[in-house]
Amino acid sequence: MAEWIDACATDDIDEEDLIRFDHGDRTFAIYRSPNDEYFCTDGLCTHEQVHLEDGLVMDYVIECPKHNGQFDYRTGEAKRAPVCVNLGTYPVKVEGDRVFVEI
Amino acid sequence: MSGIVIIGAGECGIRAAVTARDTGYQGPITVIGEETALPYERPPLSKPDDSGAVEKPITTLEALSEKAIVLKCGVSAIAIKRDAQEVVLSEGGSLPYEKLLLATGSRPRPLNCIGGDRALVLRTIEDANAIYAAARTAKHVVIVGAGLIGLELAAELRTRNLNVTILEAGPRPLGRNVPEQFATKMALRHQGAGVGIVCNAQIASCTDSGVVLNDGRIFEADLIIAAIGVVPNTELAASAGLTTENGIRVDSRLMTDDPNIFAAGDCAAVKTAEGTYRRYETWQNAQAQGEVAGRNLAGGNALFDIPVWFWSDQYDLGLQGVGDTSGSPAAIRDLGKDAEMLFFFDDDGALVGAAGLGRGNAVAKDIKIAQRLIGVRLDAAALSDPGHNLKKLLRAA
Repeated sequence: MAEWIDACATDDIDEEDLIRFDHGDRTFAIYRSPNDEYFCTDGLCTHEQVHLEDGLVMDYVIECPKHNGQFDYRTGEAKRAPVCVNLGTYPVKVEGDRVFVEI
Repeated sequence: MSGIVIIGAGECGIRAAVTARDTGYQGPITVIGEETALPYERPPLSKPDDSGAVEKPITTLEALSEKAIVLKCGVSAIAIKRDAQEVVLSEGGSLPYEKLLLATGSRPRPLNCIGGDRALVLRTIEDANAIYAAARTAKHVVIVGAGLIGLELAAELRTRNLNVTILEAGPRPLGRNVPEQFATKMALRHQGAGVGIVCNAQIASCTDSGVVLNDGRIFEADLIIAAIGVVPNTELAASAGLTTENGIRVDSRLMTDDPNIFAAGDCAAVKTAEGTYRRYETWQNAQAQGEVAGRNLAGGNALFDIPVWFWSDQYDLGLQGVGDTSGSPAAIRDLGKDAEMLFFFDDDGALVGAAGLGRGNAVAKDIKIAQRLIGVRLDAAALSDPGHNLKKLLRAA
């Protein structure tokens, strides 16, 4: 059953960047867009299970640190080979200076 | 009707086929692969799991079938009839082509000494499985060649508690494409793990019991691996009268002397802006050239000019490089936690290459930014200042 989890403070994430968020035995990536919006996806790339935390965020795209696969982190859509399986995405809300994810 | 024929079903050939179709090409696309296995990625071959080499498919038959790409595995091309625009197949018969791509790859350079055929090599999934099967009973491994493949295998086999010695003909490990300070750090990491590295080693012979050097030194080995580079597979092109010299010569569109024949990946020697020819042997190059070739097979006019990028994982260390990293770095950036980036400039102060070394993927983000900054004139002081955000340089570029 998904529930809202207090994941981090809004300024824990640099603009146009991401952080890793672990909860239970699951791992996620939380993004802050250049327009100050927040998003959440699965933490591991669908290609070789590499964590996206060391990847590069450019606009709305996260590039995997390993093999340059790209995803749109708003929708999880795989954008460039070698990735072909989309990332799971999760609802995010901001209350005050806290970021909540529904996972 | 004739269509696109691609010889070689590795990363490059498959990428080209998919790109040609995604670009809108409507005709038949056929990929011929010599290996019987479905197309698989080679990078995982040096990173096995407990049961042996990991076979990671590049694509699935369903995905190819959805794109109407025909894959013929276990078939090789034995001749190209350029006048008739046909490829003669090993299984008999021939395939007509409108455009042909040679993505024939490369093969391991054989160890040229007495008993050199005792050395195993790493290229295919069968090669990898032969090495890991032998490693289960071996005690002493000698790896000939301290390049990236040799060092990756050394790290893997040392982690399995084998006694590992690397014999390198040159004066230092990783002499060909890794900045000297990183090569030194990597060598120290290996030596710290107990791997012996012997440079300036000229091999006289391989025997039942080990490897003998010209100077008489003997290194005991019950497993010998040769990792001394690759030779491009150019024979098919040469016998069809195309120009080859350390690779099949192509222009920046990846077109050979024959406007209907292209070459890409490990086998292609691409003309540079300076008029010389360069061959690249990285996974990312196979992918990038495959995409350029795919567009041009479909009638496009794409040019190959992006900097080539590579990575290598050894123990807990991740090494990455992009572009030209020869000479002395113009700027050194300390990323903390033992991670470091080196930036290389041309005479005008423009970035030509960068390399990074750190734990895991610590340098990945900065390498990706550097890749986007190639060709841009940069301030060495800003690059060297860890407090200066590299993305700001990118936005300003």
